[in-house]
Amino acid sequence: MLSVEKLNKIYHSGGLLRRGQANHAVKDVSFHIAEGETVAIVGESGSGKSSVARLVMRLLPANSGQIHWRDQEVSQLSEHHLRPLRSHIQMVFQDPFASLNPRMRIWQSVGEGLRVHRPELSRTQRRDEVAEILALCGMDAAILDRYPHQFSGGQRQRIGIARALIVRPKVLVLDEPVSALDVSVQAQILNLLQRLQSEFNLSYLFISHDLSVVRHVADRVLVMFNGNVVEQGSVEGVFSDPKDAYTQKLLAARPVAHPSERR
Amino acid sequence: MLEIRDLSLALPARTDHSDADIIAVSNLSLRLQRGRVMGLVGESGCGKTLTAQAILRLGEHQGIRRTGGDILLDQQSIFAMDDVTLRKMRGGRVSMIFQEPMTALNPVFSIGSQMLEVIHLHLNLDAEAARQHAIRLLQDVGLDDAGHLLQQYPDSLSGGMRQRVLIAMAMSANADFIIADEPTTALDVSVQKRIIALLRNLQRQRGLGMLLVTHDFGLVAEMCDDVAVMYAGEIVETGSVEDVFDHPAHPYTRALMGCRPEINPPGTPLPVIEGNVPAPGLWAAGCRFAPRCKHADQACAGKVALHQWSRHQHQARCVHVEAAESC
Repeated sequence: MLSVEKLNKIYHSGGLLRRGQANHAVKDVSFHIAEGETVAIVGESGSGKSSVARLVMRLLPANSGQIHWRDQEVSQLSEHHLRPLRSHIQMVFQDPFASLNPRMRIWQSVGEGLRVHRPELSRTQRRDEVAEILALCGMDAAILDRYPHQFSGGQRQRIGIARALIVRPKVLVLDEPVSALDVSVQAQILNLLQRLQSEFNLSYLFISHDLSVVRHVADRVLVMFNGNVVEQGSVEGVFSDPKDAYTQKLLAARPVAHPSERR
Repeated sequence: MLEIRDLSLALPARTDHSDADIIAVSNLSLRLQRGRVMGLVGESGCGKTLTAQAILRLGEHQGIRRTGGDILLDQQSIFAMDDVTLRKMRGGRVSMIFQEPMTALNPVFSIGSQMLEVIHLHLNLDAEAARQHAIRLLQDVGLDDAGHLLQQYPDSLSGGMRQRVLIAMAMSANADFIIADEPTTALDVSVQKRIIALLRNLQRQRGLGMLLVTHDFGLVAEMCDDVAVMYAGEIVETGSVEDVFDHPAHPYTRALMGCRPEINPPGTPLPVIEGNVPAPGLWAAGCRFAPRCKHADQACAGKVALHQWSRHQHQARCVHVEAAESC
């Protein structure tokens, strides 16, 4: 459904007076995601995993490579032609509230996407849609008129997910969606994502540094290191029989689950 | 020995509501012994960091007050210490390692000047001896080319290197106790592993008593001899790591350990704890976990004490321990 081919991203540092250095952050990355599937990208900081998310969202321009949405090549589309397609792929951030306007009520923030993608809706209809999506995400309609700062981390992430879902996308790009959450809240959000996926047959591109979370949620996994995909395959395959030396090192570094497993 | 005895801490009163104290940690007791690592584990807002900071009397300038109890370092109350003694105690007898190696170092001073400041405060060494001591400390934490490193500034170091520098600084005056607050949380997985190994080695070699504050049971499993689980400002369970991992007795401990993805089959719904951690001031009168607990009944309405579980030194604050364990 969504496939990317040989994506490349090169960042140039340096400024007005200093000669810049090129940083090849994403090198020839290719993968595809089928309907209803979860593909995870796992890696450490600087691996390029978040850059891939932003390239797929076209929040960043790629230096080369292609992004296919169904049968259409979208990496070169103008913003104008891209807009109708944007409703199909939405993003959830680690801290969704960093991108919310603190002076806007929750229902207005969550409903923002509707103004662009379903301009025919009246204000009341928009509000009703928001209430429905929030309910799906486990939030009560009583919060519609509240402001962002009044919510805990778990509630914020539920609101962030609702905000992405409001335009009824097919794919969610989730960038470290549970990394800032406490373990018990993390479990609630992972369950919510799982339930929404089966209910709407969503596809997930799940970016994470947390191997335990990836193993739990993903069907397939890409391991990134220094901009390269060093290994990809089914989650069971990669976790039980890692081929690449870096993958092996990463898996060996996981904390043990029980004191008797100390090495 | 470092002993926290019946400690209660209050947050600064919010003038817009009332001027009543908001208790954030209540009647907490904990013993750290040289040579042992105690994990203090809990979710955000449970009071674990406040407790850790109280040991060094940090947080007082933010208006956090002790409303009861005491902290004794080898029988001496840290609250009875004058400023000079207190300053010698911090870093000299009890050191702290923080979560954010980025913010714990001052960006405008070189690594060397920050290390030497600590060394001069605690040890009576001349300039060259202090420099040699700093180099030895950096080598002990696995940093090569220490002489060159002393001239560098924090922003030219990676997160893992900065955390090593902070660990070296914590070791600089032969403290007996180390308080480590989420020392690996901000680091990458492979770096985490090496920092854990380093802390564990230093702790063993030097026979340090360590309090490891964390939200991560994996880190507890890796490093700790004993563990105390906090919920809503109090310890709900404490015991050896083996006892607590093999036979978690308090329903909160059981639920918290049970919702980790790594111990559940991939793709299955994770067990959850319904609701949220209550904020200080909104705690239930009896058992504070009761509103979220599957086993709660009338018996949980009264005050619940920690009681000794059948195993050695294993305690839980629950009236239904037997029932909870059997399910």
